[in-house]
Amino acid sequence: MSFLRTMRWKDTRAALLFISPWIAGFLIFTAWPVINSAYLSLTDYDVINDPSFVGLDNYRALFEDPKVGLALRNTALFTVMSVPAHLVVSLALALLLNSATKATGFFRTVFFLPKMTPPVAIGILLLMLFNGQSGLINGFLGLFGIDGPAWTTDPDWVKPGLVLMSLWTVGSSVVILLAALRGVPQELYDSALVDGAGWWRRTLRITVPMISPTLFFLFIVDTIAALQSFTEAYTAFFGSGNTTYSNDAALFYAIYLFQQAFEFLHMGYASALAWLLFIVIMAITGVQILVTRRYVHYEGGKP
Amino acid sequence: MRTPLVRWSLLSVSLALALTSCAKGTGGGASATPSAGQFNPGATFQGTISVMGFGATDEIGSTRVDLAKKALGGADVKLIEGDLDIQQFLSSVAAGDPPDIVYANRDEIGTFASRGAIIPLTSCIKGEQIDTSMYGKDALGQVTFGDEVWAIPEFSQVQITMANGDLLKQAGLTIDDVNGSSWDKITAAAKKLYKAPGGKLRTIGYDSKLPEFLPLWAKANGADLLSADGRTAQLNSPQVVKALEFAVGIYDAQGGFAKVKALRDSADFFGKGNQFAEDELGAMPMEQWYVNVLNDVSPKAPLVFDTFRTPQGRPLAFSSGFSWAIPKGAKNAAAACRFAETMTLVDTWKAAAQVRLDKRKAEGKPFTGILTGNVKADAEIEKMLTSGGPVWDSGVKAFYEANKHTFSLPANPADKEFKTAWQDAVNRVLNGQDKPQPALDKAQRDAQAALDKAWAGWTKRTN
Repeated sequence: MSFLRTMRWKDTRAALLFISPWIAGFLIFTAWPVINSAYLSLTDYDVINDPSFVGLDNYRALFEDPKVGLALRNTALFTVMSVPAHLVVSLALALLLNSATKATGFFRTVFFLPKMTPPVAIGILLLMLFNGQSGLINGFLGLFGIDGPAWTTDPDWVKPGLVLMSLWTVGSSVVILLAALRGVPQELYDSALVDGAGWWRRTLRITVPMISPTLFFLFIVDTIAALQSFTEAYTAFFGSGNTTYSNDAALFYAIYLFQQAFEFLHMGYASALAWLLFIVIMAITGVQILVTRRYVHYEGGKP
Repeated sequence: MRTPLVRWSLLSVSLALALTSCAKGTGGGASATPSAGQFNPGATFQGTISVMGFGATDEIGSTRVDLAKKALGGADVKLIEGDLDIQQFLSSVAAGDPPDIVYANRDEIGTFASRGAIIPLTSCIKGEQIDTSMYGKDALGQVTFGDEVWAIPEFSQVQITMANGDLLKQAGLTIDDVNGSSWDKITAAAKKLYKAPGGKLRTIGYDSKLPEFLPLWAKANGADLLSADGRTAQLNSPQVVKALEFAVGIYDAQGGFAKVKALRDSADFFGKGNQFAEDELGAMPMEQWYVNVLNDVSPKAPLVFDTFRTPQGRPLAFSSGFSWAIPKGAKNAAAACRFAETMTLVDTWKAAAQVRLDKRKAEGKPFTGILTGNVKADAEIEKMLTSGGPVWDSGVKAFYEANKHTFSLPANPADKEFKTAWQDAVNRVLNGQDKPQPALDKAQRDAQAALDKAWAGWTKRTN
């Protein structure tokens, strides 16, 4: 018994040693800032003078700040539009790639390439592609006689523009889905073919259920990314693309947080904002897990 | 991860982290305000002074840095290049390891001063015997906060009217129609100059340059956005509302802001295909440095210049620029003071101007001047200008004239929030989400709340 315990302790010690770099990194770069920001959210802190404790004042102010509401609505709307768009488009592209028989490696690379564009460049690209007068998008719409909207100034069209632009980086999801598609057993398709099932039926009844864990993963990850979305919208509507022009239809939560923290130097308030976002994301992810549980099929039973 | 040791070590580490986070002491109160005795025109300095936010990227910068280094009498100068990163700077002050001197936008000085990130330069000015009368009144005003000077100003940006002479002539107009001396004439000119065949805007008649130039339009209409003491926002006065209504109306008369901005965004602003060279713009008020850009990239463009004028016909410009400030806790404040002084002396500016003049001559280009923020240096450098032909000479003349009729917003501790408040208001109007009066009413409330809070913080710290 004691021999076994010694063995186990030795194993644990070795394991701990091996993961100690990660533990140290986690404690220093993740746990510490998180704990610190929780404390700062209860203070008035301007980066330079000592934080002074103000209790829950920041959280109270947050509920009275109309810009918090605006930013939350903007972010929610963007998420609701962009996550389904991402899933549908990446699934469509992955299905297309999966049925390609030649040069699949080449296409896979090409689909992934746009993902390598720095987000700041994507923000600037948005201003060019979606330029209401001379942008490619409106030029394309013009071919069909459609007078395209003012994507970069009209508050109703700013978010749809950002959603479309976010599809630029759909490549990583495509590659993940493609891997999942390759894992669907051929026998299932063969027997479905024997039964006379068409392409739609095979896709909806076999492919989608079989890759549902991957779709579910992308659903969660894309949602979190959309809720934290910052760089593209900031560059196009608040940062270098426009030094003074801005459009509050693009005021996402992370942008407002950044303004409070690094432009107005209200670090305490910004920390409270960060914690609210954290709670919102936790809640949404929790709901997603609960609601989608019955739709996700795991080959090896429930994990 | 189940052994008691792991559990306890994790718990203790997180507890330690939590506790130290509470004990986090910043902004250490070391370094009392230096006395005049520390600053002495005869002293020489050793070691290295670090300069944050300034890159000596052209001859105007490098010539002056060389002279300033010489004036230190031995000490070396280390430049930390790139625009000033405010958070990086403030964190370095909080950590007790700031640079010796920072190069910041003049409108940031109020924020830094009010938070105690920089030291007042009263004793530096007295000790080094810096003659502050050589600095422009507005430039100095922007860095004066609570009756003390907190930074040494340099450079000035002013606006003048720039127009496409060919387009004006075709429409039977002159520069007087677009220089601001009559708002009705500007509206009429915008309507005559803009071209939108088939509903697609090809030429902007007149660009009132919103949101950034609201302070200019408001001042032309006799209104200051902020009271002289920097404490009271004055964003929704009838004059400001009227100025905004007029400036937005210019866009509405040309098919709306969305089209103007789209065309503006697609222009090659700094290149050969700029709006004036491509006949895409009739006229606009714009900062003086753009004269140099245009002269460089499209020397043959049919430009006409004048100052920006009030409805009474007087030249007017909103002045902004940079400044040198010494952080709290700077190790070598005395050397930093000497550095800032030397960078902005009349002789230093003249030497730098001479280098540029020689360089331009060698390239066969005119020397179009620099606005230094130093009145005496400006006068000296104005004498050194070389002609680039009547068109460009008139542009240079216009900005030197404008530089004598400037105004600025006073230093205040909530500059960013104040700016965001009025810019948000203008943008909401431009984006069609609000009308000028309610938008500015809201901006007034937001700006005043931010000012009150920031001033209260300043009062708390100084009493």
